Parts: sequence; structure tokens; C-alpha cells
Amino acid sequence: MNKKENMARHIEIPLKADAISSLKTGDMVLLSGEVYTARDVAHRRLYEALNKGDKLPFDLKKAVIFYAAPAPTPPGKMIGSVGPTTSYRMDAFTPKLIEHGLKGMVGKGNRSPEVIAAIKKHGAVYFGAIGGIAALSSQCVKKAELVAYEDLGPEAIRKLTVVDFPVIVINDPAGNDLYAQAENRWRINN
Amino acid sequence: MDKTREIDSKLITETVKKLFIEANTTLGQDVVCALKDALTREESPLGKQVLEKIIDNAYIARREKMPICQDTGLSVLFIEIGQDVHIIGGDLRAAIEEGVRQAYQDGFLRKSVCDPLTRKNTQDNTPAIIHIDIIPGDRLKIIAMPKGGGSENMSAAQMLTPAAGSEGIKKFVIERVKQAGANPCPPIIVGVGIGGSLEEACVLAKKALLRSVGEANNNDERLAKMEKELLESINKLGIGPGGLGGRISALAVNIEMLPCHIASLPVAVNIQCHVSRHKEEII
Repeated sequence: MNKKENMARHIEIPLKADAISSLKTGDMVLLSGEVYTARDVAHRRLYEALNKGDKLPFDLKKAVIFYAAPAPTPPGKMIGSVGPTTSYRMDAFTPKLIEHGLKGMVGKGNRSPEVIAAIKKHGAVYFGAIGGIAALSSQCVKKAELVAYEDLGPEAIRKLTVVDFPVIVINDPAGNDLYAQAENRWRINN
Repeated sequence: MDKTREIDSKLITETVKKLFIEANTTLGQDVVCALKDALTREESPLGKQVLEKIIDNAYIARREKMPICQDTGLSVLFIEIGQDVHIIGGDLRAAIEEGVRQAYQDGFLRKSVCDPLTRKNTQDNTPAIIHIDIIPGDRLKIIAMPKGGGSENMSAAQMLTPAAGSEGIKKFVIERVKQAGANPCPPIIVGVGIGGSLEEACVLAKKALLRSVGEANNNDERLAKMEKELLESINKLGIGPGGLGGRISALAVNIEMLPCHIASLPVAVNIQCHVSRHKEEII
């Protein structure tokens, strides 16, 4: 492994425009700051609130959404196991959220052309976290608080304070896609 | 002479509870070994890093008694009841559901079951998906399989024509895995069900996931050969660990088969993420 691949950059949330524009597909990043968990139903509610012109339960401007719903917090822990869910299910709602200021998303799996176009147009970024390593990932969460939609149980919106949460840039603001690049690099044609 | 053996429903509840907590916090040794073997074969530096983290996570989860993955799954159970078993003290399904309820509540497992239309959470991870077989004997076997949603979403069934044959089956499986890409948390385990009817093919594909990783189909050499060929083809796709590129996209392909109608060739692909969880006990 060369040094470049091994080195992770520290990035703070709220995401600054110059930090976002410097990110390239494949960059390893350690994220620190506040992220909001939101997935399927929470996205529908945020989307509908934006359509109606209602106030959102948190400020989308420069925010980072983590597509996640943690396991319940056991005694003595800050949070239960937590990791990314598959992102494409949020694709129908994402461009609107990006239009309204969302700058970063953390999830797993590929995004629709519409989401990639919105990322490019508005200077946002989509990070990938490794799925299925939720006991390990929970160690990056230093604080968790309920923000909205408590009735959704695990799917409620929570504000997580993360420190050095390891992610990788999948879709950069230039419109590149790591999954497509990786498959092209490693596929063996018969 | 009466050969009936009594089993208390309370024991069933306790066993189901224990198995779901164990399955969600302790990754099977077969999977751990397969991941360690994959680490020696992976050529992508990033792929190696992902595999290392997956292995580390399994140790942390076991040590901290925390779920390996936050998606602690739908509660799928395969129950084999000996025909000479007499269950006392309550009804079998209720006893199983109570075990699931207690496991997810007391084990700090995520409740991931909801009404399909309102999306309202049922709050206790019930109802469970329960498959029951009646077999000879006086024992009761319980297999608990928490099944994650991300990999289940990438699964599919197709009614192929008999003309499609083995090549058609292989094409369908490979195409499904390729389409799934990074979504189902690779390296995956691919369960394939061939034959039966539409629903039987799906159950076969799920049962195929219960076989130990690395063990070939011992009943049919044709299937063992197809498993090997499919695994090789899938690992040429380049998806890699975490979908970030590499040689190891799947740890295993497990196929089960039953005869089917002369007009049909049902095939089901049930994709399992690298957190392949199932525990069993015989009472």
C-alpha cells in the first residue's frame, strides 16, 4: 500500500465549502462533529415538510445525514451498535434535501444519477462507511441525543457527536463514483 | 406403547431467546475462518483493510456482547418437530414469538419490523418468520436466523424456462450479484434455490444459507460443481469487500435443489451479507 492510500484526512462538520471541493473520490476521511441519523420514513417526513414549507426539526444547512438506525443503547454505553444502511432507498428524497442545504451524506451502496447530479450541482459529497461493523463504529460516537420523530423508534432522527469516524469519499463534487471506478479496476473479463 | 415426549413451551421460549441473542453477538467460526482466509487472498489494499475491520468487529461484538451489526434482522426460524413430540404449557408459535420478544428487548437488539403500509414499528420484532417441518423422532430442533434487510432487498426469484438450463441459472445468479454490487455488504454468501415451486425455491435459497461457509453440497456433485463455478465467476466481478473493489466479492455460493414441474425452472437467489448469523439447538 502506498502512503497516499494509507493517509486519512481529518474533516470537521459543519462541512466548509473549500473542504468539500478539495475532496476526491477514494479519499479516506476521519469525520468529526455532529451528524443526524435519518433513514426511510424520516426522509419522507423531511421531504414532505420541505414541500409544505414547514420548519424542519434540524437545520439542513451544511449538515451531514448518516443513513442509520442504531441498536438500543445498553447500560454503560453511549450508544448501541451503529452503522450505515443502504443509501439508494433515500434517493427519491435526497436531491430536494441537497437543494435545501444538505452537504454530506454517509451510507453504503450506490446512488442514482439524480443524486449524483445534485451532489455535483450544489457542491455536496457522499461518503461511504463500511457496513456490518457496527460494534466497532459505535466507538466513534461520543454523544447521542434524540432530535425528532420519536414514534419511529430506531428510525427516529438522532444527533450523534462523532470523533474520527472513518469514511471514504464515494461521490465527490466533481461527479466521480468510487464504486464504478473500483469495479473497472478489479473486474476480470473472461 | 406411547412414545410421546413432552416439551414445555417455556423451554422453547428460553431457547429461542438465547439463540437470537447469541446469533446477533457471536459470528460463527465458519464465517470468521472464511474471512481470515479471504484476507490472505485479497489483493486490493483497501479490500484487505475492510476485511480486517470486519474481523476486528466480530471480536469486539463478542467481547462487549453487542450486536455485530445494528440491523439485528427479521427473526427467521426453521423448526423441525419430531412427530412424537407433545408440546405442553402453551402453543408453539406463541412460545416462539415470546422468545423473540424477550431476545430483542433484553438483548438490546434493534426492533426492525413494521407494518408494510403505515411503516409503524411493531416494537418487539414480531411477528417472526417461522418455517415448521414435521420429522420422525421425539426431538425439536430450533434454528434462529436473524436476517438483515439490506441483503434481503438484493434477493430475487425468477421462473426460468426449462430451455434456459444450467447456463440460464448461472447467468441469473451472476447478474443478480452484479446488480447488487456494494449494497448488500460484500463479501456476501449467495444462497441459491433451484426447482420446487416459486415459494419452495425461495425457502431452499434461504435454507442454503444455513450450510457452513466453505462446505460444498454433499448430496449432488453437479451442484457442488456449479457452486464452485459460480463462486469463481462472482469473484471476477471486482466488487470486492465493502464494494470498494477487489478479488473477494463472495465467500461462498450454496445451492439446494428439488424436482420441479415439467414446464418450469424456478430459481431463487437469497443474498446474505458478511454478517451471516444462525444458531441452532436440539431440545
